[in-house]
Amino acid sequence: MSEEKKLPRIEIIEKYCKGCHICVEFCPKKVLEMKGFVASVKDLDACIKCMQCELRCPDFAIKVHAE
Amino acid sequence: MAFDYDKYIRPGKLPHIWCPGCGHGIIMKGLIRAMDTLNLKKEETAIVSGIGCASRLPGYIDCCTLHTAHGRAAAFATGVKMARPEMNVILVGGDGDGTAIGGNHFIHACRRNINMTYIIMNNNIYGMTGGQFSPCTPTGAKASTTPYGNPDPAFDVAKLAIGAGATFVARGTAYHANQIDKLITEAIQHKGFSVVEILDDCPTTYGRRNKFKSVIEMMNRLKDVAVPVKAAEKMSAEQLEGKILTGVLHKVERPEYTEEYAKVIERAGGKK
Repeated sequence: MSEEKKLPRIEIIEKYCKGCHICVEFCPKKVLEMKGFVASVKDLDACIKCMQCELRCPDFAIKVHAE
Repeated sequence: MAFDYDKYIRPGKLPHIWCPGCGHGIIMKGLIRAMDTLNLKKEETAIVSGIGCASRLPGYIDCCTLHTAHGRAAAFATGVKMARPEMNVILVGGDGDGTAIGGNHFIHACRRNINMTYIIMNNNIYGMTGGQFSPCTPTGAKASTTPYGNPDPAFDVAKLAIGAGATFVARGTAYHANQIDKLITEAIQHKGFSVVEILDDCPTTYGRRNKFKSVIEMMNRLKDVAVPVKAAEKMSAEQLEGKILTGVLHKVERPEYTEEYAKVIERAGGKK
């Protein structure tokens, strides 16, 4: 891959997040972390756009914007 | 691209009332994806529920919705379907609402084979009212009303539905999130009464009393106990001990109730 990897934009709606840890635990690349009571992005470079966090978030708080 | 759930959600309704880590939100997302896959029109879709945590779901989805008396979702939904057979009728509810208070309505809706889809979110407990044991609470498990362990054996919702005559029965879990929409899609497409039982977690009233340290532990339990039906065919009885089968468990064809009832009206000389 000579092209530079296109990074997604992970949108976290903090107002909706209840801090259940599901996204943090089930991310295969450990992209997310808990910052206080809400999830936040720790390492966007590692994201493989698998969408697991968006799929599993029970609170509609995560959107992964990727092409 | 991110899935646009917002177009199916009533504006200003989020965040929902469910506790942190409750799987009901995951199931609601699955239902929304299934509605999107099937391109169901909002005005031609009715979501009916009874009372309970799971039954709060219709309040969030922007389509025709009906929030009814405890356990009576199947009764009200039958009325909707009989009056407007062209509507897509989806029932949602919990295990207590569906199999205890609404157990009677549930088995008779199965028996009639009326073309509706019932999504039962089985979290093994009455969550909203304070963690009383439900017919789906496993033997030995603790609830607020069984502090020394539940002596009752639990219902197998899928087997109950098959026994009562439902023509499509499937089971999924809140852990297997990408399977939920596929099961619901297939259930809605099926002509006849379809039941989708989705095993769920209740960290607040079930998990804390039953030594689950976290939501993640409860989710991992769902992952561990679930065995797809195809994989189960190659497994021995000992290997299947304590496991729960997931996937499409039962699918048969049988005359559908609204069509049969239309024939009755015709025979009686009424208008078609």
